[in-house]
Amino acid sequence: MSPIVKRKGEKFTLPGKYLLFILTILCTGLILLTFNTNFLSTPVSAVGGAVIVPLQEGINGAGKWLSKRSEELVQIRSLIQENEQLKKQVDELTIENIKLQQDRYELTNLRELYDLDVQYDDYEKVGARIIAKDSGNWFHTFVINKGSEDGLSVDMNVMAGSGLVGRIIDVGPNWAKVMSIISDNSNTSGMVLSTSDNLIVSGNLELYAEGVIGFEKLVDSADRVVEGDKIVTSNVSDKYLPGILIGYISSINVDSNNLTKSGLLTPAVDFEHLEEVLVITQLKQSIEE
Amino acid sequence: MKRILVSTVLVLCCFVLQSTVFKAISFGGIVPNLMIVLAASFGFMRGERTGLLFGFFCGLLCDIFFGQVLGLYAMIYMYIGFLNGKFNRAFYPEDIKLPMALILVSDLLYGLTCYLVLFMLRGRFNIGYYMINIILPEMVYTILVTMILYPIILWIHKKLEDSEQRSARKFV
Repeated sequence: MSPIVKRKGEKFTLPGKYLLFILTILCTGLILLTFNTNFLSTPVSAVGGAVIVPLQEGINGAGKWLSKRSEELVQIRSLIQENEQLKKQVDELTIENIKLQQDRYELTNLRELYDLDVQYDDYEKVGARIIAKDSGNWFHTFVINKGSEDGLSVDMNVMAGSGLVGRIIDVGPNWAKVMSIISDNSNTSGMVLSTSDNLIVSGNLELYAEGVIGFEKLVDSADRVVEGDKIVTSNVSDKYLPGILIGYISSINVDSNNLTKSGLLTPAVDFEHLEEVLVITQLKQSIEE
Repeated sequence: MKRILVSTVLVLCCFVLQSTVFKAISFGGIVPNLMIVLAASFGFMRGERTGLLFGFFCGLLCDIFFGQVLGLYAMIYMYIGFLNGKFNRAFYPEDIKLPMALILVSDLLYGLTCYLVLFMLRGRFNIGYYMINIILPEMVYTILVTMILYPIILWIHKKLEDSEQRSARKFV
């Protein structure tokens, strides 16, 4: 007798095998659907936002309070030691300071040249707090506590300090999912600031363990790009606003095709200790109809 | 009804803890996988059906918040819950060795599947690196957390079982 036929007086339950089969089909359907479209994301993210996000925010608040207290205790002990070291450092720094003052003159000149300051100030930014990080160990995505109700939308750029963190890939009413540029599946179109050569910055789980990420497809036939050069987001990117600092080149190699170069760069943002981020509420592509 | 309520709270608690508290106390950026512990242990404690349902909803939560597509993690977790359900007949509450071994293997399976689907298909072939730096540490950390979490899950399971038997007797 078939196990799904209902017997008299017995409560009907679907056997595991059939349930597994049905749910597998459901999952496959969902994967295919969401891979190509995102029409499901609005209802799903609304439910998630209503239930999970308040919990995550609460726990984060409590956790922060606790860690602050414990930090204070640890600090007192280390402060005495630190004080001695700092006194030594003051001497060294005074010497360095003089050197730096000379450099500053050069820097102001360069800044005027690139108009970097002005560009950053032009963008309107919203501060947000990170409330959850990827539950697995494979990718560097995280959730922030602002969403469409605060005017955020998909593809907005996210910064921390002066560097690029990533962009929003999903948004709910009171939360948004951010994919960072170091995430293994992220590719960012970048540009060397000094020479305006374009390149692709790609996140890499393997490399990030050493604190760097990779870049590739740099066309630099004149050999002008050197280690230490700044990499910013490029003009041709369709998601990222131009001129946001990504990081500094730490090593550079010629590819085997002898045409392009690839190498490693150190991100400008400390991704391990991110707590607050700035979201630029201006999109690169604003559709006007 | 009571079971559904308790299960929902349990899944939500574990998910929220994993994405907040455990991120803060991670060793070398690796967090334990509480959802695997949940899906696997309810699989071998209650059977295939409960296991796969637990897995499905645990995975779906991960998908909503951190997945690139909806349904991928749900499917992985669901199969892990289902496969663990196969061991329901060999499960005795007093025995801790089988649950530990099952959870360990489940996490290994999860790690390998993730690598296969999310990394190898994109041309990242250095499996040795991912094995040593992601999958194995996650397994070790997960099994450590299991030692604390598993007795709690077992206790909840027993309480639910008891209360259901009592209410069943009342109606007879």
